[in-house]
Amino acid sequence: MFKGDFIENLPKIYGTYTGGFLLFVILMAILEQMGVGADAIGILFVAFTVFIYAAIGWLSRTMEVGAYYVAGRQVPTVFNGMATAADWMSGASFVAMAGGIYFGGHGYLAFVVGWTGGYILVASLMAPYLRKFGCYTVPDFIGTRYGGKVSRFCAVVILVVASFTYVTAQINATGTIAARALQIPFEVGVWFGLLGILLCSMLGGMRAVTWTQVAQYIVLIIAYLVPVFWMSNKQGFGLIPQLVYGDAVSRITELEQLHGLGTLEAVSGAAGGLKALTVPYAAAGEGALASWKFVTLVLCMMAGTASLPHILMRYFTTPSVKAARQSVAWSLFFIFLLYSTAPALATFVKLQILDPTLATSLIGKTITEVNALEWVQKWSNVGFLQIIDANGDGVLQLNEFFMRGDIVVLATPEIAGLPYVISGLVAAGGMAAAMSTADGLLLAIANALSHDLYYKIIDPNAETRKRLLVARALLLAIGAAGAFVASLKLTSILGAVAWAFDFACSGLLFPIVLGIWWKRANRQGAIAGMIGGFVAGTWYLYMVRFAGMDPWIGIDHLRFGIIGMPVSLVCMIVVSLMTPEPDAEIQAMVDDTRVPSGKTVIEAQTAK
Amino acid sequence: MNEADNRLMHWKSTKRLMIITLSLWVFFSFVVHWFAGALNAFSFMGFPLGFYMAAQGSEVAFVIIIFWFARTQHKIDQQYGFAEEE
Repeated sequence: MFKGDFIENLPKIYGTYTGGFLLFVILMAILEQMGVGADAIGILFVAFTVFIYAAIGWLSRTMEVGAYYVAGRQVPTVFNGMATAADWMSGASFVAMAGGIYFGGHGYLAFVVGWTGGYILVASLMAPYLRKFGCYTVPDFIGTRYGGKVSRFCAVVILVVASFTYVTAQINATGTIAARALQIPFEVGVWFGLLGILLCSMLGGMRAVTWTQVAQYIVLIIAYLVPVFWMSNKQGFGLIPQLVYGDAVSRITELEQLHGLGTLEAVSGAAGGLKALTVPYAAAGEGALASWKFVTLVLCMMAGTASLPHILMRYFTTPSVKAARQSVAWSLFFIFLLYSTAPALATFVKLQILDPTLATSLIGKTITEVNALEWVQKWSNVGFLQIIDANGDGVLQLNEFFMRGDIVVLATPEIAGLPYVISGLVAAGGMAAAMSTADGLLLAIANALSHDLYYKIIDPNAETRKRLLVARALLLAIGAAGAFVASLKLTSILGAVAWAFDFACSGLLFPIVLGIWWKRANRQGAIAGMIGGFVAGTWYLYMVRFAGMDPWIGIDHLRFGIIGMPVSLVCMIVVSLMTPEPDAEIQAMVDDTRVPSGKTVIEAQTAK
Repeated sequence: MNEADNRLMHWKSTKRLMIITLSLWVFFSFVVHWFAGALNAFSFMGFPLGFYMAAQGSEVAFVIIIFWFARTQHKIDQQYGFAEEE
């Protein structure tokens, strides 16, 4: 089935798969009508989808190096776009983004802008050239373009730090979702999540991850869009939610004044992680500092997008340079579908909670009324929601209502009164989002260690079989390490995710970009750029986050790439200019990278 | 035109396209959002404009720019004979 005409049959295969998944959802809805409990439906949703991904992983098993590292370079553009979108959209995007917008309003939208616009950098500066280069991993590009083991090693270290920071957050998310859906303790859920992730990636490497990610994208996008469309139509907001929430945004600004946002005193005593609304929704922060904070966050997230190896390596799998370019465009389109929906969802949930003319509203009602609502009880019981009647007047005020951001996505079906089957669907979607990102990240780390550290640096004579065994052993070990760290619950999900972007752009952005766009860039410069940027960024993160230093002009721990990137750029340029230019062979290599036609640079090199 | 000149011209066109693309990118990523407060005075489809650009406007622009870029770069590659054979 996975040979020969498999690629031609892809639309048919995934069409059937999508149909099958929709049938499964309908079957679950029927079971719900027949009286099957909500818990059982949740378990079926998560277990069934994870089983399908594992089956795809098993069918895609391989012992060929090209298939293991770059899926045989035959993934069509649109499918690679879907796989990248799943690779990209993490558990945080799926579960936490709408909640972040709900609480943070305009300021938080910097993440939405940053996590989409970065693809323009990927398409125009990076992906097509790296595809032409023909490398297996990002450090493979650095090591070949600049030469020498030290440059390769630096790239491996930065890749591992950035990706590992990110992967623990993803394993954490799979654990949270699995724990809730399957009714098992979080610590067990983490290991269950890891098992699913490894089943998808271990046997087939990039090939298996590609085809499971496409399957996961289909599940996650259905799971995100269906509840929002349904809610929008059921509550009478409009047919297409993304186009009709403008008036709701304006209405929220009125309601904020009505409920006294900004004039109420902060109420203390809420459990950790729970927040009350304090920030105006639509208004942009005033003054240059607020604008500065917005654009610096956007820049860090975009530059990080263009430097994160698990994203860049997806474009190594396309059949051609042209396909790599188009595939970046499709990735952004598929990501856009979800990211343009998140603000609509946040807006509608907020309106439903704030607007006293709607039946769903909470603020301004009596506490007894609110506490009688089923969804309020359910989420209070699991510690996601809390009501504190601080002034004892028996009426719920804006500053007395606390919740976790995740609720916005997870409880939408219940707030809007949709059937439970939709909640099960949302859990499956969150699981797909977290698993697909974790897969890509684990593979990026394991591939860099097995290909660049083991094969290229430690044992260049290792035979194929041994290389692939090492790759798998590393995957297992890193996954276990990630699950162990996740089970310690060290940072909140989003803090860690933003850090990964800052680490990546501090150390890798300029060595990759200048490797293509500046022929004069040499080994010494690249090493200085990687070490300088990475050390400066990490130092700043440490000082601001842990050593109590005051952030410079609003550059907090989420934005430390703003410190790392310029240091990296300056180090790289100065050191390159102070040392001899690269030899003619390297310069010819750069010239070859810049034109799409012909053999890949690595092929041409090994043919000599 | 000899091979070296051809490569040079191809790279020149490629660079020009990159600069245009990134200028548009800078505008929609940074310039627009720097003035979000002022833009909020205007209304678009019921949205305050500054909020709209962050929630949807910039993203729509990015999608359009990136597909346009992919098409244009391919045309450049074809023009100079560097496009891949299908």
